[in-house]
Amino acid sequence: MLTLERRGISRRALLSQAAAVGAVAVAGPGFIAAPDAAWAMETKAVDPKAMATLLQIARDIYPHDHVADRFYAVAIRGHDDAAAENPAHKALIEGGVAGLDALAEAEGAAGYAAVGWETDRVALLRKIEDGAFFQTVRGGLVVSLYNQKELWPLFGYEGESFSQGGYIDRGFDDIAWL
Amino acid sequence: MSAPFDLNDESVVVIIGTGAGGGTLANELAQKGVKVVALEAGGRHLPEDYVNDEWASFSQLSWLDSRSTSGTWRVAKDFPGLPAWIVKAVGGSTVHWAGASLRFQPHEWKARTSYGAVEGANLIDWPIDAEEMAPWYDAAEKKMGVTNTNGLPPLPGSNNYKVFEKGARALGYKEVHTGNMAINSVDRDGRPPCQQTGFCFQGCKWGAKWSTAYTEIPRGEATGNLEVRENAQALQIEHDASGKVTGVVYAGPNGARLRQAARAVCVAGNSIESPRLLLNSASSMFPDGLANGSGQVGRNYMRHLTASVYGVFDRPVKMWRGTTMAGIIQDEARHDPSRGFVGGYEMETLSLGLPFMAAFLDPGGWGREFASALDGYENMAGMWIVGEDMPQESNRITLNADAPDQYGLPTPNVHYSDHPNDVAMRDHAFRQGKAIYDAVGATRTFPTPPYPSTHNLGTLRMSERAEDGVVNRFGRAHEVNNLFVSDGSQFTTGGAENPTLTIVALAIRQADHIAKEMAAGAL
Repeated sequence: MLTLERRGISRRALLSQAAAVGAVAVAGPGFIAAPDAAWAMETKAVDPKAMATLLQIARDIYPHDHVADRFYAVAIRGHDDAAAENPAHKALIEGGVAGLDALAEAEGAAGYAAVGWETDRVALLRKIEDGAFFQTVRGGLVVSLYNQKELWPLFGYEGESFSQGGYIDRGFDDIAWL
Repeated sequence: MSAPFDLNDESVVVIIGTGAGGGTLANELAQKGVKVVALEAGGRHLPEDYVNDEWASFSQLSWLDSRSTSGTWRVAKDFPGLPAWIVKAVGGSTVHWAGASLRFQPHEWKARTSYGAVEGANLIDWPIDAEEMAPWYDAAEKKMGVTNTNGLPPLPGSNNYKVFEKGARALGYKEVHTGNMAINSVDRDGRPPCQQTGFCFQGCKWGAKWSTAYTEIPRGEATGNLEVRENAQALQIEHDASGKVTGVVYAGPNGARLRQAARAVCVAGNSIESPRLLLNSASSMFPDGLANGSGQVGRNYMRHLTASVYGVFDRPVKMWRGTTMAGIIQDEARHDPSRGFVGGYEMETLSLGLPFMAAFLDPGGWGREFASALDGYENMAGMWIVGEDMPQESNRITLNADAPDQYGLPTPNVHYSDHPNDVAMRDHAFRQGKAIYDAVGATRTFPTPPYPSTHNLGTLRMSERAEDGVVNRFGRAHEVNNLFVSDGSQFTTGGAENPTLTIVALAIRQADHIAKEMAAGAL
C-alpha cells in the first residue's frame, strides 16, 4: 500500500529529495508522493516523473472531485508492477507519457502535468485517446480505480452484504421520497 | 451416490453441459432410470464458494476461453474478446442468471406467421406452439418455484422497483409487478426465501435462487444414474459409418484425452460452444460439421435486443439493495407494428455494483461527463430491456482455424450486426425507459449499450423442415438420429422473454421424448 515512511527516511527528508510534477504529486528517486507528503508510493520500474504524470492523467480520465489523489495513486500502481516484469510495458507507459509531454511542450507548457487547467489537459488526451497508451491506461483504470473497496463508501456503495444477512431487515425497500 | 460409468459403456446418454438445459435434462433422465454421463467444462462451485464481489466473482465463474468477435454490434468494439458473459461451472449460467422466468407469448412461437416476411431476417415458425408447451411450462414453473405461479407469493419490491413502478404507473403501464422469478419468496424445496442481498449475478449464497448446481444435479446424482465429470471439456463428437454418434472425445482435468462411448449425445454447451462443437466434429461424412447438411449450424445467432436505461435522481435510491431483477413492465412485450417494429420487449429492473457500473455504463467513456454520472451512483435506478432480435443467417458462429485453443482446436468467432428492426425497437425502448424515470423526477438519464451477451440463442435451430434448421420439434438433429440439442441453441426465434424457463421446459419435454424413444427401441 501507500506508505508515509520510506526505509526509515523521514517525511521531511523524503520531500527534500523531490521535485514537483504538476499539482498532484512530487517525484523523487524511486518514489512519488503527495506535495504535502500525505501519501507516498515507491516506484520500482517506471521513471518517477512519468508515474507522477500518470497520476494526473488518471485523475483527468476519471475526475471525481471528492476522491483523493491517493486512490488514483493506488489505481496506477499496477503499471509500475507490470513494467518491472515486462520491458515492453515500461516502454509503453514511459513512451506514452513522453508523447503527451511533447504535445504539451508544443503548446508552450513544461510537460503534461504542468498544463494548469483540466480543460487544456483533456484536449491533449483527446488527441491520443485512440492510441495504445491511452487505451491501456483507461482500460486498466476503470477496474483498478473503481474496484477499490476503500473507495466505495465515497460513492455510497455498500459492497458485500451476505455476511450481514442481506438487506431484508436493513433497508432494501426504505425509499421514503417517492 | 453418483455412479462412475465405464468409458466404454455404450448404454449411457452423454450430456455436454450442466446448465439450464443440460442440468435439467440430466436429472430428468436420471429420475427415469436412464444412465447419464454429464461432461462439464468447469468445476463445481456451490453457494458457500460464491462471493459478493463483482470482479472476483467474474474471475471465479465466467467462461473466459479465447473467443473473437466481428460485425457492427458495439460489443465487438467494447469487449472484442468477450462476446458473451456466461458461466463455466457445474450449473452453467443458472449460477449467475437473474431468475426471471417468463413464458413465450403464443404469437412468438409463430414469428414468421405473426410478423410476416421481414427483409433480411431469416424468420420461420417454431414447429411447436403455446398449447403444446403449456404442460411443460407448468412442470418447469413447479420445478423452479417461480413466483406468482402455483400459488407462490410475489417477491417484495425493492427501492429500485418502487422507482420503476411509480414511473410505469405514471405512464399508464398496467402490467407492472415484481416478476415471475425462480427465486424463493417463501421457504420451499429445502431452500430459504430471498434475503434481499443483491449480487444475484454472482451466485446466490443463500441458494434462494434456482440453479441446477444445487437442485437438479445433486438430485440426479442421488439416483445413482447420473455421473457428472467436472473440468471435462468436450472436443469432438464421433460417429460410425451409419451416421449415428458413438461417443464424445473430451479433455479431462489433467488435459488427458478421453473418450466416452454413448448411446445418444445431447449438446447443451450454450449457443457459442454447442455449434462450435458440431463444427469441430466435421468428418468425411459430415464435411461441413456434424448435422450440418442444411448449412444452418452456427447461423441465426440471436442475443436479444438488450440495452439498459439508468436514471439519476436528486435523492438516494440504493438500487444495489435487494433482488436484482424482481421488477417487470410487460406492456411493451406485445406485437404491435404501429410502433415501427415487429415483436416486443420487456423492461426489467437491473442494478450493477459500482465496479461493474463503471465498466458497463458507457464502455470506453471517460472525462467529466462520464465521471459525473458515477458521482450519482447512490441516486441511480436502473432497468434492463429484453426484446426479440431478428434471426439473421449472417449472424453466426464460425471457427478461427488459425487461432487454436489450449487443446489445439479452432476457437469460435461470434459475428453479429443489428437488424434495422432491432435498432428501431431499441430506440423505442430507450425513449420509454427515459420517460419512466423522467416521470419520477430524474435529473439525468443514460442509454446504456448492450453488455456482453447473457442470452445466447439460435445457432442450432429447431425447424419443421430439415433444410431450414438443425433439429426437429424435440431438439433431435434432423440428420443424426441419436444426437440432440438441449440448450438455447435450439431456439427458432428468441421471443421477448428471458429464455431460461423455456430452455428448462424444453429439456423436461426432451427427457420425456428420449425415455419414450428408448423404451420403444427407437434410440
